[in-house]
Amino acid sequence: MKRVICRMDRCLGCRACELACAVEHSESRTLVTAVREAVKPRARIRVEAVDGGLHRTLALQCRQCEEPVCAQACISGGIRRDERTGDVLMDPGRCVACWSCIMVCPFGAIMRHEGLHRAVKCDHCPGRDIPACVEACPTGALVFVEFTAVTPHGLTEQRPHSQAERSDRIV
Amino acid sequence: MTGQSVDEYGSGNQVDIEGRQGTQGDMPGEKPVNITAQFRQAGVETVWDRSELQTPRCGFGELGVCCRNCNMGPCRIDPFGEGAQRGVCGATAEIIVARNFGRMIAAGAAAHSDHGRDVAHALMQAARHPESGYAVKDAGKLRKVAKTLGVAFENRTTADVAADVAQAALAIFGQQEGEIPLVRLAPETRQAQWRRLNIVPRGIDREVVEMMHRTTMGVDHDHRNIMLQGSRVALSDGWGGSMIATELQDILFGTPSPVRGRVNLGVLSRDEVNVVVHGHEPALSEMLVVAARDGELLALAKEKGAKGINLVGICCTANEILLRHGLPIAGNVLQQELAVITGAVEAMVVDVQCIMPSLPELCKCFHTRLMTTSSKGRIEGAFHHEFSEENAYQTAREIVQDAVMNFPNRGAVDIPGESMDLVAGFSHEAITYMLGGTFRGSYHPLNDNIISGRIRGVAGVVGCCNPKVPHDRSHVDLVKELIANDVLVVQTGCSAIACAKAGLMVPESAERYAGKGLAEVCRTVGMPPVLHSGSCVDNSRILIALSEMVKAGGLGNDISDLPVAGAAPEWMSEKAVAIGQYFVASGVFTVFGVGLPVMGSELFLRHLCVEHESMLGGKWAVEPDAHRMAGLMIDHINKKRKALGIDQGRERVLFDMEMRRELAAKEPAA
Repeated sequence: MKRVICRMDRCLGCRACELACAVEHSESRTLVTAVREAVKPRARIRVEAVDGGLHRTLALQCRQCEEPVCAQACISGGIRRDERTGDVLMDPGRCVACWSCIMVCPFGAIMRHEGLHRAVKCDHCPGRDIPACVEACPTGALVFVEFTAVTPHGLTEQRPHSQAERSDRIV
Repeated sequence: MTGQSVDEYGSGNQVDIEGRQGTQGDMPGEKPVNITAQFRQAGVETVWDRSELQTPRCGFGELGVCCRNCNMGPCRIDPFGEGAQRGVCGATAEIIVARNFGRMIAAGAAAHSDHGRDVAHALMQAARHPESGYAVKDAGKLRKVAKTLGVAFENRTTADVAADVAQAALAIFGQQEGEIPLVRLAPETRQAQWRRLNIVPRGIDREVVEMMHRTTMGVDHDHRNIMLQGSRVALSDGWGGSMIATELQDILFGTPSPVRGRVNLGVLSRDEVNVVVHGHEPALSEMLVVAARDGELLALAKEKGAKGINLVGICCTANEILLRHGLPIAGNVLQQELAVITGAVEAMVVDVQCIMPSLPELCKCFHTRLMTTSSKGRIEGAFHHEFSEENAYQTAREIVQDAVMNFPNRGAVDIPGESMDLVAGFSHEAITYMLGGTFRGSYHPLNDNIISGRIRGVAGVVGCCNPKVPHDRSHVDLVKELIANDVLVVQTGCSAIACAKAGLMVPESAERYAGKGLAEVCRTVGMPPVLHSGSCVDNSRILIALSEMVKAGGLGNDISDLPVAGAAPEWMSEKAVAIGQYFVASGVFTVFGVGLPVMGSELFLRHLCVEHESMLGGKWAVEPDAHRMAGLMIDHINKKRKALGIDQGRERVLFDMEMRRELAAKEPAA
């Protein structure tokens, strides 16, 4: 069960993850054409300022809770947890845009998609090994790691997926 | 909405970098990646490695919606409309994109123009201090330029005229009022349109300064108004700085005429001292040419075990020495590191522009001595031989001597075998001569062939190389498709080197790649279907050629009436943006590949790609795919042919005496 974790000491607040997320969830999947799509794609990750925000930022998206309150709150039963991957999934066909999930989410990680008129959230980029936001992070602040690696004291296993892996490939 | 605007501007698609990386090795003429693969193991790094490490690139930067012009920011506009739509000062996406684009034009114009200033200074040295080693080589061109600049030349010595021309040229840079004199070389209708829009440059330096002023915090907040100045700065480059550079270089070093040469890394010599000269200004390289033939230095080379001294070029300096001396070209801008990696380069001598700061670190892995020569461009870790127009020959001699002394330090050498013949040197003057000899030289034969339809039109394919796309491929694919469709191609800069490597610049390529009509013309004149016109400042030659086409008649009254188009398929330098804008402002439809950092504002993109046409006759398009790029250019050329009424091919009827008499009888008596 993997999670996207943000290492705050490395986050520069550049918002590359937001762009990559929106592009990944667009029709054309290419930045310059995605910005001109009729229904603008929406990012499911948000860079937030912490402590007044001068120098501390954090990229936040759905935490894929073990006991998701959004699933309990959903009036149409459109949110469920995949027991195998641990991902909390939304069924777009069932969303009636009541926004109950948004109200109950303790992380504020579910967004209204005005263009599609439904709720959207991080889906760990189905079809990709590494989510787009993690791959886009220029400093390796975002990592995609096993849930067990996360402790109250930080990550036990730190495996950045962007810079270091690419350097391995080259040198 | 997307579908329509895509057609209007070109698809605007970014090239899928990931998808194409694997194909880098499959390029015409050479395989840099194979070379680098071998050296990657040794820890040697090239531009392609660093480009990969820079992915994914910042999307805000790619779209041009990031502003760092004041310290209330940095600010970014959310291109998806969720977050901030204005910067701290209130600047919208249009304003930010326009300011950034305007500054790119200003930087590009500054680079070309500062180059021109140095050439004017060298001409002054030639006139007043012949001991500097410079001399006037083309007195005919001197008189021509003197006439344009309003310098008297009758009954005066060459030195006096040259000094006055140099002085007049230098004065254009600091000119404050009126119009720069070289715009008078443009067709009358074009000049009139510039005056209507009030974009005739008043000077060169002034326009760059004004653009920097307008785009600083809190000044010009109308993207259309910023682009009016954008056009004016760009024109001060194309019809100012660049043109001064080209014209005065011709006076000093000779006007190019067709010359044979060789191109690609295979021109490096196994048993000679290899001196690679890289950068832009021929003021230095011309002196190196002389020094490399110095008897004493040749003797020294023999003493050190070398058979001779092999001077080769990289980037635009290469184009300058090829056009004037037929010296070989080792490669274009992205091959600068590859040349060092062969292990065969004793000295890499650089001046200004397009020189990678990675070179000193790379040279440490080999015996190559990196030598900087310009006070404007120093690199930590390089040996500096300060070059000035006053001590030109002395410095050049020291540099070559250093290179020769370095020959015994050479280690293992691995020079790739590839090299290719080419014919270059198609200056405006050379084309005129080719089309009719000394007495009848003119552009009429070209226009006639365009009117008859043998030649569909003319395309300028220019610009840099960019590691974001497979090396050289877009240049070569685009040019092949254009000539197959009977479009005569004129090239400069690294784009020209790319196509030369692919074998497109030999006369035989007409039979192999060109369409029937173009091949027929090439066969008759004995020229390749792809003409090499010089370095990137020599794009001004294309402006002059276009003006001459208009003056020769039959193809409309303005450059924007001509069936012509321009492209920079793999651009990367700010200079390319300045060139693009001066072509557009001169009335030419211009397509750029690899994206343009303006996509973050639909309004601004629309201004460049649609509104510009009604104002200036030329417009921009963005299209990374070479095949679709060719389609846009050919469509545009066809559109212009139709407007001229020459879209139906007509064979020329040769009148005999009988027919003439009939014609005379039909005409009413005057």
